[in-house]
Order: sequence, then C-alpha cells, then structure tokens
Amino acid sequence: MSSRVRWRLGLRACNFPVAMFPHPPTPHGGFPTTRRSVVEAIRDADPDIRRDALDSLVAVYWRPVYAHLRRKWRFQPADSEDLTQEFFAQAVTGEFLRGYDPTQARFRTYLRACLDRFVANAQRNGQRLKRGGGATLLSLDFDLIERELAAGDGLIEDSSDSWFDREWIRGLFAAAVADLRSACQATPREIRFTVFERYDLRPVRDGDRPAYRTIAEELGLPVTQVTNHLAWARREFRRLVLERLRSLTFTDAEFREEAEELLGEKRS
Amino acid sequence: MTLPDDTLAHLRRVLQTPELPGDRYEICESIGHGGMGTLYRAHDRALARDVALKVLRSDVAGPEAAVRLEREAKILAQLEHPGIVPVHDVGVLADGRVFYVMKLIRGERLHDFARGTSRTDVLRVMLRVCETVGFAHAHGVIHRDLKPSNIMVGSFGEVLVLDWGIARVRGVAEQDGPSIAGLAVATSKEDTAPGVVLGTPGFMAPEQAQGLSAQVDGRTDVYALGAILRAVAGADIHAGPVPRPLQAIWSRASSPDPAGRYASAAELAFDLTRFLDALPVEAYREGLGERVGRVFRKYQTAIILILTYLAVRLLFLVLRGL
Repeated sequence: MSSRVRWRLGLRACNFPVAMFPHPPTPHGGFPTTRRSVVEAIRDADPDIRRDALDSLVAVYWRPVYAHLRRKWRFQPADSEDLTQEFFAQAVTGEFLRGYDPTQARFRTYLRACLDRFVANAQRNGQRLKRGGGATLLSLDFDLIERELAAGDGLIEDSSDSWFDREWIRGLFAAAVADLRSACQATPREIRFTVFERYDLRPVRDGDRPAYRTIAEELGLPVTQVTNHLAWARREFRRLVLERLRSLTFTDAEFREEAEELLGEKRS
Repeated sequence: MTLPDDTLAHLRRVLQTPELPGDRYEICESIGHGGMGTLYRAHDRALARDVALKVLRSDVAGPEAAVRLEREAKILAQLEHPGIVPVHDVGVLADGRVFYVMKLIRGERLHDFARGTSRTDVLRVMLRVCETVGFAHAHGVIHRDLKPSNIMVGSFGEVLVLDWGIARVRGVAEQDGPSIAGLAVATSKEDTAPGVVLGTPGFMAPEQAQGLSAQVDGRTDVYALGAILRAVAGADIHAGPVPRPLQAIWSRASSPDPAGRYASAAELAFDLTRFLDALPVEAYREGLGERVGRVFRKYQTAIILILTYLAVRLLFLVLRGL
C-alpha cells in the first residue's frame, strides 16, 4: 500500500464533527474547555481518530497552505495543488506534528514553518511531483481558491507570511459557516441560517447590508423574528468558530491568545 | 463555501462585538477607549436603561490586566460617592475577557469643559474632584492617574473621577481610615514594584515618575490635582491675570517635594474653598494692600451700599444745615 493515505475530504459541511471532543458549557460564558485538541488527536494510535483529526486540520488549513505556496513560493497552480496534497499526506504520518512544542510557538506558526521547510526540502532534493501520480488524496476545491485569489489581491507576489494568516482566518470561518449550515439543515432552525446567510454572508456593494425589513419581506417574517434569528445564528457562529479554534490549538493559553486576536475589539 | 474579503471583514466585525453572557445587555456602540479597556454603550433589557460597559482590550488582555480591571470594578463598587461612577455588574465574555457594567454618564471631559467656562466654575468643579479624591484617600485608595481626561463633567453638573485602573489600595496597616476589604492584597505586584512607572507624564509626581513606589501616597494624587488645576484654571487668558493666591495653591499642591505639598486632597479642597469664598488661603501670605483689596472684593456690594447710604445721609445733613 502506498505510504500516501487514501481518503477523500469533501468540504461538505462539518466534515469533521466539532463535537468529536465535546466540552461542557462553561460558567459565566468563559472559553470552551475542550480537553483534547485535533493537534493531540492527530498523534492518536487509533487511525480513525487520526483521520478525523486530519480532516478537521485540512478543512481549515488547506486554503492558507495553498495560498502560501502560490503567493510566497510563487508556484504555479498545478504544482501548488500537488504540494498541498503531499504536505498533508506527510502530516498524517506525524512527521511534522510529532515535533511540535506548544511552549515554543503557536501551532499556526509552527505549521507554516513546517510548510516552508517542506518546500525547501522538496526543492533541494529536486523532487518533482507528478499530478495524478499517486492516489487521489484530498478532494479540495482548488478552482474556488484560485477564483478567490484572483478576485482579491491574492495573486500579487509577496514574500511575507501575512497571507497565510489571512487565509487561515478565511478557512476557519468557512468551516464554522459549514458547521452552522449543517446543524440547521433540515431542522426548524433552517430559517435562522437563511437569515444569517442573507444578511451576513451575501456579498454587498460598498458595505451596505440589506435592511432587516427587506429580508423580512423576502422571507415572509416579522422584522423582530429576523433580528432574533440573526442574533441566534451569530451566537452559534461565534460558538462554532471558538470550538473549531479550540480543537486546532494545543493549550488553553494558545487558544486564548488566538481567540483574543481573532475576536478582540478593534481600536480606533 | 466562498467568503470574499468584504464578507470576511464583516464577519470579523460581527465576532469582535463582545458577546455578553445571557441576554440582559445588548451592545449598542463603541464610545471610547481607555488605557485598559474599550467602553461601549449598552442597553440593559432588565431595567430598560442604557449603561456603559467596559471590556478589557484584547491587546492588553492577560491575567495581569484582567486582575486590574476586576480590581477597578471592585474599587468603584465599594467607593460609594457622588463623584465616583456606580458599578452595576461584572462578568466574563465568551472569549474570556473581563467586563463590568456601570452607569452611563453623558457629558464632557474636564479639558473640554474648561474651554468657555468661567474660572470660578472650573474651580468649583476642581473642588468636587478634590473632595472625591479625598474620599478615596480616606478609604485607602490612591488614584495614580489623575488628569483632565479622567474627569468627566456630566450634563447635569455631576463631576466624576474616572479610570481607577491603576489605583493602588493601601493595606489596612498603612492607613488610618476605613479600608476596602480584600483589595489591598489584590493590588498587582507589578504595580507596586520599585522601578515600575504607571501614570501620565505631565500629571505624574516626581516620586511616581521615578518609580519610587514606596513613596507613592495621597500626596502623589495631590501633585496631580495641582497640575490639573494649573492646566485648566490657569490657561484661560480671557479670565484676566491669575490671582496670586490661586497660583500659590497649585504651586504648593504640585511641589516636587512631597513634604512641601498639602498633606491631603482634603487640605487642598479646604484652601480652594477659602479662595472661592475670598478668604485668606494657607498657601499664600498676603500683604496689607492685597488683604484690603480682597476684603473689598468680598464685601463689595455691602461696602458700596453702606458708602452710598453714608453719602446720602451726609448730603441730607448738609442740605438740612443750609
């Protein structure tokens, strides 16, 4: 059997169940207190747990990895796709993650350093990755991210690491949105997601969000219902982002630092 | 799922609005930033009123800052005085940051209020600031960051001393008056460590600026009060020359040597009151001419009435004698 791992990761909603490592609600609205993170689970002896953990890791990290390869390392799309696949394939064997020391750096920073090392090694060894040469690894929507990069300033060459962090946030939010959609689908809460989607997710011109009244008329709801649904969906979205974040960090301190950076208020 | 840049930015803004526990408070808008926290106007659904909500800023968040904000809330809650904002509630956000809820004050900061306000009115405001600070000192609390921007004059004339974030609470053994139970021991080690400087240049006493924390006491706040007095009551060129007794008051208050200052904010308030009442002040020894002038200014109306009466009476006698 090839050393490459054979599985498919569709970016369907909640591919990795965030409740895999359930945690109780915290008193006084504090941080979630998940005891076990994806980073730990990825080292587990049980292959099923390892696979699910890697699915979760990939769901958030494939965008920043691909964008980093395209932007910082200036690889062409085909090579970036292959390197992304190969990078995660090597990650599942634990080669990268085994060396992670949470006292030295955030996991996000560590993973980016691993990626740079991986690329440098590949270049040094003259490794040529052939498309389709191995098994189908991850089913990732590279066309989607190419469109996103082309739409923004993502294809401007940049040697900095900031793009990795920006895409990491996009990946995290996209995964949380998918979680929320999945949780609401085919339940009485579906209308709540629809309100959230129409108000918060739809692209708008000049930052002008639609009026609550407009959405209320479109959906045949009272305006108060729209605001209630939106408040609920936003609260759930926040919770899911924090859950995802918690599962992708190694220590409480790292989680707290990431959460405060992500959710902290902006200073004027 | 595609999330364009503007949607991503919008979602970050949504998440950055503090998520409060329960549904009692609803964040309305950000109304300011302090050294430690961001201030929001929020609506208290339970009591149907607007309140101010101070949340620990994320870029200073950490155990030390959280302890400081909590301590500030406790200090405010226990110092019940008209010059100190009452605290209603305290809690922790979903992301772990500490917040507290207090009365929403609408008004302007002292430096804005002082522009276009008579010197006498500014001095009356300063008198109330001194009384508030004196009250805090009596409870063992030293503010350590007094400055015009930390003094709010409300729309209805209320005067409030704000931002007690770096206040120092003396231990029971260190002071004579009543103390705030539990807060003395909660004072941060960093805040009281020698060499650590907390405060605002321009209003900071020399002993505070040099990090001589052991020498910081009520007179450190008196220095700041003197500096504020000079800044807000001495700046108005339209009010005419500054009276020497007033200059003497702020000079004494902001003496570089703590021993040369008023011993307490209450003593400073006492001298300010005497100045406002046109009485001799402790900080200034006046000459005979100045004393006569002051007495005349104080009893101006009565003196003029008496002199007018005597003049009319004299005229009447003269006319009658003719």
